[in-house]
Amino acid sequence: MKRLPPLSGEWIDRKQPIAFTFEGQPFSGFAGDTISSALAANGQRIIGRSFKYHRPRGLLSVANHDSNAIMQVQHHGRTLPNVRADVTPLADGMRVTAVNTRGGLAKDSLHLLDRLSAFLPVGFYYKAFHSKRFFPRWERLFRNLAGLSELDLHSSRRRTPKAYAFTDVLVVGAGPSGLAAALSAADNGAQVMLVDENAGPGGSGLYARGGQDADARQTLQLMERVRQHPRIQVLCNTYAAGYYADHWVALITPTEMVKVRAASVVFAQGAFEQPAVFHNNDLPGILLASGAQRLLSRYAVAPCQRVLVLTANPQGYAAALDALEHGIEVAGIVDLRTAPGPASTQLAERLQARGVPVSTSAIIENARAGVDGCVRSVVVKTRGQDDVATAAGQTHEVDGVWMSVGFAPAHSLLLQAGARLQMESSVGQYVPSMLPAGIFSCGKVTGVYGFTSRLTDGTRVGEQAAAYVQRRAPKPRSTAGTPGMMEMPNHPYPIVAHAKGKNFIDFDEDLQLKDFANAVQEGFDSIELLKRYTTVGMGPSQGKHSNLNALRILAKLRSEAVGRVGAPTARPMFHPVPLSHLAGRSFSPERATQLAGAHEALGAVWMLAGQWKRPEYYAVAGLSRAAAIEQEVRAVREGAGLIDVGTLGKIEIHGPDAAEFLDRVYAGRYGTLTAGMTRYGLMLDESGVIIDDGVIARLADESFYFTTTTGNSASIYRELGRLATQWNLKVGLVNATGHYAAFNLAGPLSRRILARLTTVDLAQSSFPFLGLREGLVAGVPARLMRVGFVGELGYEIHVPVHSALHVWEALFAAGAAEAIRPFGVEAQRVLRLEKGHLIVGQDTDGLTDPLQAGCEWAIKMDKPFFIGQRSLRILQKMPKRQHLVGFRLTAPGTDLPQEGHLVLAGTEMAGRVTSVTRSPTLQAVIGLAMVTPAVATGTGFRIRIDGGREVDAIITPLPFYDAAGARQKLAEAP
Amino acid sequence: MPWRLLKFALKSKHPEPRMFTAHSELKESYDAVIIGGGGHGLAAAYYLARDHGITNVAVIEKDYLGGGNTARNTTIIRSNYLTPEGVRFYDESVRLWQDLSQDFDLNLFYSTRGHYTLAHTDSAVRTMRWRAEVNKHFGINSELVDAQAVQRALPMMDITCAGHAPILGALYHAPGAIARHDAVAWGYGRGADRRGVEIHQQTEVLGIETDASGSRVAGVLTNRGHIATRKVLCAVAGSTPRLLSMVGLESPISIHPLQAMVSEPVKPWLDPIIVSGSLHVYVSQTARGELVMGASLDPYELHSTRSTLDFAESLAAHMLDLFPFLSDVKVVRQWAGMADMTPDFAPIMGKTPIEGFYLDAGWGTWGFKATPVSGKTMSYTLANDRPHPLIEGFSLDRFRRYELTGEKGAASVGH
Repeated sequence: MKRLPPLSGEWIDRKQPIAFTFEGQPFSGFAGDTISSALAANGQRIIGRSFKYHRPRGLLSVANHDSNAIMQVQHHGRTLPNVRADVTPLADGMRVTAVNTRGGLAKDSLHLLDRLSAFLPVGFYYKAFHSKRFFPRWERLFRNLAGLSELDLHSSRRRTPKAYAFTDVLVVGAGPSGLAAALSAADNGAQVMLVDENAGPGGSGLYARGGQDADARQTLQLMERVRQHPRIQVLCNTYAAGYYADHWVALITPTEMVKVRAASVVFAQGAFEQPAVFHNNDLPGILLASGAQRLLSRYAVAPCQRVLVLTANPQGYAAALDALEHGIEVAGIVDLRTAPGPASTQLAERLQARGVPVSTSAIIENARAGVDGCVRSVVVKTRGQDDVATAAGQTHEVDGVWMSVGFAPAHSLLLQAGARLQMESSVGQYVPSMLPAGIFSCGKVTGVYGFTSRLTDGTRVGEQAAAYVQRRAPKPRSTAGTPGMMEMPNHPYPIVAHAKGKNFIDFDEDLQLKDFANAVQEGFDSIELLKRYTTVGMGPSQGKHSNLNALRILAKLRSEAVGRVGAPTARPMFHPVPLSHLAGRSFSPERATQLAGAHEALGAVWMLAGQWKRPEYYAVAGLSRAAAIEQEVRAVREGAGLIDVGTLGKIEIHGPDAAEFLDRVYAGRYGTLTAGMTRYGLMLDESGVIIDDGVIARLADESFYFTTTTGNSASIYRELGRLATQWNLKVGLVNATGHYAAFNLAGPLSRRILARLTTVDLAQSSFPFLGLREGLVAGVPARLMRVGFVGELGYEIHVPVHSALHVWEALFAAGAAEAIRPFGVEAQRVLRLEKGHLIVGQDTDGLTDPLQAGCEWAIKMDKPFFIGQRSLRILQKMPKRQHLVGFRLTAPGTDLPQEGHLVLAGTEMAGRVTSVTRSPTLQAVIGLAMVTPAVATGTGFRIRIDGGREVDAIITPLPFYDAAGARQKLAEAP
Repeated sequence: MPWRLLKFALKSKHPEPRMFTAHSELKESYDAVIIGGGGHGLAAAYYLARDHGITNVAVIEKDYLGGGNTARNTTIIRSNYLTPEGVRFYDESVRLWQDLSQDFDLNLFYSTRGHYTLAHTDSAVRTMRWRAEVNKHFGINSELVDAQAVQRALPMMDITCAGHAPILGALYHAPGAIARHDAVAWGYGRGADRRGVEIHQQTEVLGIETDASGSRVAGVLTNRGHIATRKVLCAVAGSTPRLLSMVGLESPISIHPLQAMVSEPVKPWLDPIIVSGSLHVYVSQTARGELVMGASLDPYELHSTRSTLDFAESLAAHMLDLFPFLSDVKVVRQWAGMADMTPDFAPIMGKTPIEGFYLDAGWGTWGFKATPVSGKTMSYTLANDRPHPLIEGFSLDRFRRYELTGEKGAASVGH
């Protein structure tokens, strides 16, 4: 292999040399090279080892359609795994190594596996290694043998941006038909986005020349028109990874993912050239003709000096002419067909005129390797019955074999878009038979191969796409495309059996012809089963070079037509996509109330509650966590405390049916609630299970303001909106969670403190327990609710968020004399537990109904309807499955039960602890437990704590603290 | 090299028979018809033949063997459930799993890897402790471990999850395992086939016939003809509502897509199975080196196996929160299955109001791990016409009786 003298149109920049290493050896290339082309230019023919047998492998497709060219690359301090050398631009300082070798590429000690291949038939790992005793050892061995690149477990996260784009027509593929389609759509007035996975447009229009320049010149003219067209945007080095519903296409550029919503999509992705199958068809030096042509015309690399071209279509003859054009000797043309078609014959005459022998009805029976492990000679024989060679053969000494025996259409995205395909016998491939609205295709993917025909096809389809976008009447469509190719591009069975096997179908997975016969013999005789058993198409290239031959083999084994055995379904991704591209910069919303800074200043220790950051407690120098929390609890019980409850869900509902709506979604009754009062609300699902709770306040006849738990606020707002629509009630819902800040000022001294700041009359007579008043607090309009989750005199103060800090600070200033303290979530949990209040989701589970939870008082069964009512009616007549009970440890030692510990009845599991705390107020360990009815009716139970020890608990009536409720109803300050 | 591979090198013809006999015709009648040739249906057929001597059985599969959710799941096996019913049931399954390769003489790559369910919130820690305590009570090897222990076991993991969801602890379940999912169907299929069960692929059920009273199964109508039978087992996952409507039954099952994706193979770096409910991630590394990744259910009902981009995006983001060094690792493929979800996240198994019509459904996102035990218990139920003791808590009428099983805490994003 060598670099040719400069060629017109080459993609490399010879003024910019690039130094890199491969397997530790210094190499050089040019800007514009890919890793593959640079290796080829340096004469590196073996570039990797195969997955199963560790056979030396060289370039095959030069288009990322095989996994021979997968590398590990170190660059800029990062280790890049599984780099696709065929399409990765060469960069200065890259250190490139082959993957999955032991002892390096050249001396890979695992090549021994190639000798053992007879012992390792298809699915061999299902057939042995499964003794219970030895499997773990075998498994370790397999795990270590498998896998490609090593990962650098210390490398940092790569954050890539994401972009969104919109276009009238997205054209995927910028080969001749894609260029024509883009131009035609744009000329007809559409905005066009044209993407191509290659570094530049042109596709086969530039590299498949057949020794002449007419088509390439025309392609260049199209490219120039596209470049200058004001309505066409071209994105190269970009592939469409997946088609999702409603023309939503993920484009992957080297640096980001672009998500495109297109009004219409034209798929012009061409076709993957397919390998021929013969003994040793994987030797380095044997590559697809299109791969060789890419090397020649894009990178000016001659992949060999003397080549034999194995073909069954005019494309192979054209490639041979290209070889001659670049000074490569052509040892001969081996044509699988008995009678080459007219296009081939024409080209054959030109070749023969230049001394190239052409044999027909011929096959390569096998290829042989030289000492360097690369192809050195091939044996050509006549094709006999049953694809077996006849005895006499002719040996050609060559250092290259190019295969051009057919193509598989790149229809994966078309299938994802919902296209239906049918086998078209005139081209020997699947073509679209039905396309969904707005989806179009042209070129080789539709079976149109001739250069001029592809341009015509693209032009026609581009106009149709534009018409679709412009809602014009589309012209009559024929999906078959226009004829124009005189000759079938595909050989129906380019596969030759060989006694020694090593005739590879899937280069990724090292699958040989006999593997398929054996799998079918074992009963895996449908394409999906065959795929799963042999793993054909499941390697890194996902069947791009193997699925078609697998289908042909299965069809032959089943004596059916290829079109009858079906094709595997196509799924994203078209090419693999890095996790970083999919992840983008990552959006993990974290919410903090306006008081975050104030909390921080007060020493808050944070915890997460859903998306919210909340102070768990406020650290005090010299005090432990427990002691700090205890102080907060005492402050609330004895003086005053202030907690930020701004994270609560807050919803306003207005309208003539507002009360009716709340009566349906909450178990309590709200139609009777007088304006200016609040009432606890329990929300159930249809099976009667508690899903949320909150406080409902009536602002006016047709207006309510209510809270939900922090974690459920978004989902409940969404669900309520759905219900309001479904029930067709006259209500409007406003999600006010972010509009209002909220604090709970609680403690016996809270009234005195608040009185200093507010215009609201706080006297018991005018602002009773459970009342709601609106007025000014610290000069700010506020809603005050006299509610008491913590069981003390208290006020929930809701103010507009922008005033939050002002009011918070004013309350602290006003309460300075009373030593007002901030308290966090943990103290609140202790306080509410002392008061016996449950927390939905902690003290209830996915099956807890209000009867079990002891909340009968909060449900009004005599209402006409509420969600869960029907279930509760049934449940009321049944024995309860579990009960929430309060408990107190009889001998609180150092071993505290924890939430989730089991309640035991004898040795039987009889429930669990849902909440537990050491109560500073009661000087006891108290808790809630969900227990069986038998336990609930007893006097006590045991709890199994850590280490398997057990502690005794006695059942205690709720609440533990202030059973009469006097404190929260406190009339006047003490 | 095991000696049993020698024969492949020594014999000129591949020395392996068909795993599944090809039957060109359906018989006129069978003692039992199993609808659904996935893992569950095939397992039931296998145990019917092996343990109950009922071999005149047809397994009817509309597509190919093991091609539904058996082919689409992420192969995680565990028994760290929350309810006594669940724990006992899945523990029996794990026990069966461990012997399955040897029973079948087929290597299922049953690989005990350990299973971490990460807790990022104190409420998750509470649930994990609860699960650990229930598991230990029933002799299952599960324990709550703290963040430091998680970090020691997985030093490469970012236990702060990029700072926004710090790991507070985890439920560690040592028996957690993965297996080669396709081979499970093949093993059961081959075992059933060898015992005389007929497996009919590409055979679609068009209707189920009942006798004149309408309350007893009489036959099955397929696209390949009519079959008379008195017993039908319906094991069709995402197609359950359609099958039930054929006999006029209703269930509270709703169908949601469950998606997954897989990376290219890389050298082994991840031994255990990692699950995070808060981040909606679960991931394990296969013997081939691929990372098999999944997340939670799609949030809406849909009878389709289409893939979505936002699934891949959010799963990738959460994967990188846990494992930032995977940034350059590539996803090769994504796919979806149809999960038949029940309100209490437990399956529906056993008899139905239609005599002779047995149901094995409601497997939602947790069916693969139950393949052996569901086969075992459903075959018992079919053979004896009474529910196996292990599945008494999973009957269809529990929804009517308000006796739900309450597995939500352990099944939802558990897998």
